[in-house]
Amino acid sequence: MIEKTDVIVIGAGPVGLFAIFELGLLNITCHVIDNLDKPGGQCAELYPEKPIYDIPSRVKITGQQLTDDLLAQAKPFNPVYHLNQQVEKIAKLETNEWIVETSNNKKLQAKCIVIAAGAGSFVPRKIPIANLDNLDGKKILYAVRNKSLLENKKILIVGGGDSALDWTNELSKIADVTLMHRRKEFRAAPDSVSKMLELENDKKINFLLGQIDNIVESKNDKLKVTVKNNDEKIDLEVDYLLPFFGLKMELGPIANWGLNLDENLIKVDTEKFETSVSSIFAIGDINAYPGKLKLILSGFHEAALMAQQCFKYCYPDKKNVFRYTTSSKDLHKKLNS
Amino acid sequence: MKIKVTDREGNKHELEGDTNSTLMEILRDANLDIEAACGGCCACATCHVYIKDEWLDKISGKDDDEESMLDQAFDVKHTSRLSCQISLSEDLDGIEIELAPE
Repeated sequence: MIEKTDVIVIGAGPVGLFAIFELGLLNITCHVIDNLDKPGGQCAELYPEKPIYDIPSRVKITGQQLTDDLLAQAKPFNPVYHLNQQVEKIAKLETNEWIVETSNNKKLQAKCIVIAAGAGSFVPRKIPIANLDNLDGKKILYAVRNKSLLENKKILIVGGGDSALDWTNELSKIADVTLMHRRKEFRAAPDSVSKMLELENDKKINFLLGQIDNIVESKNDKLKVTVKNNDEKIDLEVDYLLPFFGLKMELGPIANWGLNLDENLIKVDTEKFETSVSSIFAIGDINAYPGKLKLILSGFHEAALMAQQCFKYCYPDKKNVFRYTTSSKDLHKKLNS
Repeated sequence: MKIKVTDREGNKHELEGDTNSTLMEILRDANLDIEAACGGCCACATCHVYIKDEWLDKISGKDDDEESMLDQAFDVKHTSRLSCQISLSEDLDGIEIELAPE
């Protein structure tokens, strides 16, 4: 089934969220796609608790507060969020509309695409050892999609954050789990840490101090992981390795859409913030133009101008009457409903 | 002030630093291969460097935030630091560092 909307916004960071509002003011509806499991982008993922000081009128606001407020501001326009998925492919129809396909095989149809993807989508950080690609997704799992695969297996989990600890605690019920971290302090939630320490105490899991030194595929379908702790090295033989080193950002499939790029950024004009392909826009940190400043503030401005041009694509026969939100009866009706 | 950097390929670079910048900013602006994804707010570990031993004492110590972000880095050593957390000062003129694996 193909879901139809006016505009598909790629990226639910602050600029993508504000784009919903600006488009909404012009009666343009949006679907929003993001690879993370929650809206907010970097603000919510990297620095939810850190203060931002350069949002106009907000003397000081955290990444999470800003996200929450932008979500509330966008809400009256009923955006549809498609989280935990990445846009894989786009195709143009004869009607000049776009079909966008996500990694969850969701298909969306829209008149315009707005790329507000920041520094790209968040993906797990991989182990920087050469020649591991053939083990990726087979023996080295950066995400657990199918728990039953791990039943009664010998597993090495690496990391000290929430993902590492949560999976250690969860998989201890069905598998032989060793957790390895470079120190015996963890940034994961205190509850998960005490649960893990309890499991270690009851010998339900092993804890190992150390870091990955090398990985090779050994016979009988196992991995030989060389682990080092200071100058000491030992080899571990395991069925699966689950490394959790946080997330990094990658431009991903967008790089192959035929847009004019400047390194990893998308070139746009500064009138409409449209890319080299008509009806595809790029706003926020992902775009490039002379004088670009990577500020949330700039992204907000870009969203407002982009929306003016989207209106022309979405309502080619209608006149766009410029109205302030203070006096727009239409808007007041929406906000009060 | 000078900053001596060894990149991941073993090439040496000598950069001009200034006391208004962090080490990360100098590395990034010299176009060395350092991601610094979060822009310097100690929210990622993509500006990880190794400091040559003899310079370690001259730099103020790691706080808990930095230590916990280093958990996301690979091959963390006792000389590991996040370069965004190192403010340059005249004491550090000539400091030698190496970029850590990505």
